[in-house]
Amino acid sequence: MKEYLLSIMQPDGPAPADIGEIMQKVHAVNAELRAAGAWVFNQALTPASSATVVRSRAGDPPMTDGPYVEGKEHIGGIIVVAATDLDAALEWARKYSEATSLPIEVRPFVGHG
Amino acid sequence: MDDLPASAIAHAFRKEYGRAVAVLTRVLGDIDLAEDAVQDAFAIATVRWPVSGVPPSVAGWIINTAKNKAIDHLRREASRADKHAEAMARLSDDTPETEDEGIVHDDQLRMIFTCCHPSMAMSAQVALTLRLVAGLTTEEIARAFFVPEATMAQRLLRAKGKIRDAKIPYRVPSEADLASRVQAVLSVVYLIFNEGHTASSGDRLSREDLGSEAIRLGRLLVELLPNDPEVRGLLALMLLVESRRLSRTTSSGDLVLLKDQDRASWQRDLLDEGQAIIRALLTRNEPGPYQIQAAINAVHSDAKTAEATDWPQIVALYDQLTHFTPTPIVALHRAVAVAEVKGPQAGLELVDVLGLTDYYLFHAVRADLLRRLDRKHEAALAYAAAIERSENVAERAFLQRRLDALADA
Repeated sequence: MKEYLLSIMQPDGPAPADIGEIMQKVHAVNAELRAAGAWVFNQALTPASSATVVRSRAGDPPMTDGPYVEGKEHIGGIIVVAATDLDAALEWARKYSEATSLPIEVRPFVGHG
Repeated sequence: MDDLPASAIAHAFRKEYGRAVAVLTRVLGDIDLAEDAVQDAFAIATVRWPVSGVPPSVAGWIINTAKNKAIDHLRREASRADKHAEAMARLSDDTPETEDEGIVHDDQLRMIFTCCHPSMAMSAQVALTLRLVAGLTTEEIARAFFVPEATMAQRLLRAKGKIRDAKIPYRVPSEADLASRVQAVLSVVYLIFNEGHTASSGDRLSREDLGSEAIRLGRLLVELLPNDPEVRGLLALMLLVESRRLSRTTSSGDLVLLKDQDRASWQRDLLDEGQAIIRALLTRNEPGPYQIQAAINAVHSDAKTAEATDWPQIVALYDQLTHFTPTPIVALHRAVAVAEVKGPQAGLELVDVLGLTDYYLFHAVRADLLRRLDRKHEAALAYAAAIERSENVAERAFLQRRLDALADA
């Protein structure tokens, strides 16, 4: 089994009106993921505005407020799945994307697992 | 066999490279190891064949020699990496008897679906397919796409890195995904063909090598997926378009329109083969976009003269194509056919609503229709807009001649 990081790319700003319905769908996929034995980890993140970037290079400020990459979208939550290959991981990503209507970035962890 | 030309060996390499790498990739579980082993085998062939002659089964010789080279290599490396130990185990389980045609076919399909995996950029899929399936060298692919060899090498390296790191599976997709994955493969092959047919940039209109490589890939796909009508449709489409390739330009490289081409110079063998495929497909009645595009080309090929073209039939086929691919590009081509049936005004009305203002052909079609309506000033502006947006020198020269003729008239 190989492990993949699924990042939910979420627009900044207030949650949409139908967030309750969306979360229900996400919970359903989470449950399916656990039932399939493919769940490794999942957690939602607080808004990107709550992030802090720390640097230790001389001359740089030791820390800055806000996310590392400026933009209108940031990672809103992550899921780690165990999958036999990329196709299987992409299928989980498709389900999360369908539940959230958001793009999901799929990135493999190092190692064959 | 004492006078074996280097070109014969080169030909065998290109023909067998894809098959051999596909088999070795399954056995070794790693594309890079497979490529190294097959290249080692070819290096031995270069030395041995001119002396001992070409072996009776070239494919078998290359695959077995590559396996032996892989065994040598893995013995040296086995202690160093688990990956190599795994491959070694698989290699010792794999007996030559299992190398029947059916398994080789499956290996080639696995390789094609891996190279054309939708998680990779189209440019990466194209490069991988030409390298690993068609057996072109990195240098040849780089030359075909007008990029430095180092750039193409980097593109291939990155793509193979993604296959390995992301664990893109080496297998034929499940029944549920097969149709969409075959579509992805066909679009890669058709893109290669089109790149050969009309170089999107550069000073020549076509690059015959890419066109014939795409047809070779098309034939391979028909062999591997014999029951898919769209696979056959794509081959027919490429054959029919290719049959007119030599007639599309003058000896000095100028573009010749379909209606002005010398129909006697169309390549009869390609044309007949394409027509025969389309006729067989019609009786199956499982239409798809490639079959319909091939049928449109077949109608053109049927006409003894440009005037004899069955334009109402072409409009009907475009109506059908619109059902599958309702894109503005299809609508633009349909409008050209409508103009032949109902006149340039009817065509222009369909073109004007399309809003394809960034596309040179939109302006070129408008220009021609406006010219035929004797709206010279507007036609001149449209030709200029088309010239500005075309990146092909032969196309630009053609449009410029049209523009000049407009001023002279």
